[in-house]
Amino acid sequence: MRTSVQELIAKSKDKKSKKIIEKLIPVLLFLIASVSVLTTIGIVLTLIIETVTFFTRVPLSEFILGTTWLPFANSGAQFGIWPLIVGTLKITGIAIVVAVPIGISAAIYLSEYASDNVRRVVKPVLEVLAGVPTIVYGFFALTFVTPVLQSFFPEIKIFNAISPGIVVGIMIIPMIASLSEDAMSSVPKSIRDGALAMGSTKFEVAWKITVPAALSGIIASVVLGLSRAIGETMIVSLAAGSTPKFDGDFTGSIQTMTAYIVQVSKGDAGYGTTIYYSIYAVGFTLFLFTMAMNILAGYMSKRFREEY
Amino acid sequence: MNTATIKTKINAAQPTSLEQVEKESVYSTRQLNLWYGNNHALKNIDLEIGENEVTAIIGPSGCGKSTYLKTLNRMVELVPSVKTSGEIHYRGRNIFDSSYGVEELRTRVGMVFQKPNPFPKSIYDNIAYGPRIHGIKNKKILDEIVEKSLRGAAIWDEVKDRLNENAYGISGGQQQRICIARTLAIEPDVILMDEPTSALDPISTLKIEELVQELKEQYSIIIVTHNMQQAARISDKTAFFLNGEVIEYDRTDTIFSNPADKRTEDYISGRFG
Repeated sequence: MRTSVQELIAKSKDKKSKKIIEKLIPVLLFLIASVSVLTTIGIVLTLIIETVTFFTRVPLSEFILGTTWLPFANSGAQFGIWPLIVGTLKITGIAIVVAVPIGISAAIYLSEYASDNVRRVVKPVLEVLAGVPTIVYGFFALTFVTPVLQSFFPEIKIFNAISPGIVVGIMIIPMIASLSEDAMSSVPKSIRDGALAMGSTKFEVAWKITVPAALSGIIASVVLGLSRAIGETMIVSLAAGSTPKFDGDFTGSIQTMTAYIVQVSKGDAGYGTTIYYSIYAVGFTLFLFTMAMNILAGYMSKRFREEY
Repeated sequence: MNTATIKTKINAAQPTSLEQVEKESVYSTRQLNLWYGNNHALKNIDLEIGENEVTAIIGPSGCGKSTYLKTLNRMVELVPSVKTSGEIHYRGRNIFDSSYGVEELRTRVGMVFQKPNPFPKSIYDNIAYGPRIHGIKNKKILDEIVEKSLRGAAIWDEVKDRLNENAYGISGGQQQRICIARTLAIEPDVILMDEPTSALDPISTLKIEELVQELKEQYSIIIVTHNMQQAARISDKTAFFLNGEVIEYDRTDTIFSNPADKRTEDYISGRFG
């Protein structure tokens, strides 16, 4: 006797194992998804616990307000975070000055002017630039950019803020260019046509229509680049030196927050020493900075969104 | 202007031009051919377009009417692999002349598109965009232009309290009138309309049609439409396009009551297309 399809379906529905699997799958998927969330929570917790331990030894006020970072002094070690923050800001500032104009110009060229053939060649090249390991950038800064800069400005020392700042900027250009180009390419053609039909030149369309319409995406790309510059470690460890300084000097050795963490991690600060705990406090400060960046990015992109 | 008139007279011998040119020609097209790659989209077009008139272009899909319209402000050249031959004279100057900048042409010839395409900016900034890029910065003058243009497009009363809102927050019909106001803001000479009501509801369509009637007092309007009743209602002259050729071009009442060509009659009476 033939059974109808409907009966077959009803039968397979009755099978117990299938029912159980159906119920297990969402649970399993939830557990897998939780791994990343739990890891994040774990990292933040470790960071917080060790940071709290640090503040039982060093007063919070000294850390936040102090302008001297002297962790290795035998007596009277000082932990004022500002020299490291200033070092980080110097690198980030130079990087942004280099990367934003070049990145956005490249994006405008690629999305508004370049022919398909040019885009087909240039975009992959940009993406290759994004794939270069940062240690290579570090050597590039130390052994190429610094000597070139020194030949123009002899007052620049071998370790300085300018050269790694420029190279960090070069490193984030592809990110800014590529993400901004995506944002600009997704502006509908009909809007451009509307502007062209009013006698706008190509550049007027790009600058007054496409860029404002894509601004939220462009800002997001810049802030993303900014957080990479803040967190960049290898280039600054190699080429910026290790002298925490609270001043406006760009030509001599400085130290960033990330470079300090590297310096302590690869040295022999024993477990449980104040110096050991200090890297968590610095790490936590770094974490606050990048989190602030992300919140800022969210706010800015909402604030400047032009809806279409 | 003189050269235009003379050329118009010479051209009067062409079969598709009107027997008498009562008004001055804004556009005269001579032997225009256009190819998309190997596709011959426009064939030997000869057409005179009169001042302060509404000229409708009708024809089945793919007959080249939108292509012709976009050729008039050279927007068609944005399509890769377009080739043209022949001449289009706008106010006596060949628009294909290398000395004639497309921006200059498009500042004189505005365009309204099939789907409303306001900029993702406030209503005010949409209207002020054109004057601003053409160098008008004075806030008072801009305010005046914005109000005048919005009134001109019969939408001032609907949006006057929300000029700073994003133009995408209003209805499609209103958006289309914003686009018309945006075009009016730089006071063009000619307005090209590419099926401006095909994405709109009947009431919005009616409003736009009434607006076209008012605008022709000051502007020359060329409108592509799929809707033959619309062409009959609002235009003074009608050109019938078929397979890239102008089959017939005459007064709208003549075209619709007494067409000279069998194919025109067939199309108008709904036998094809």
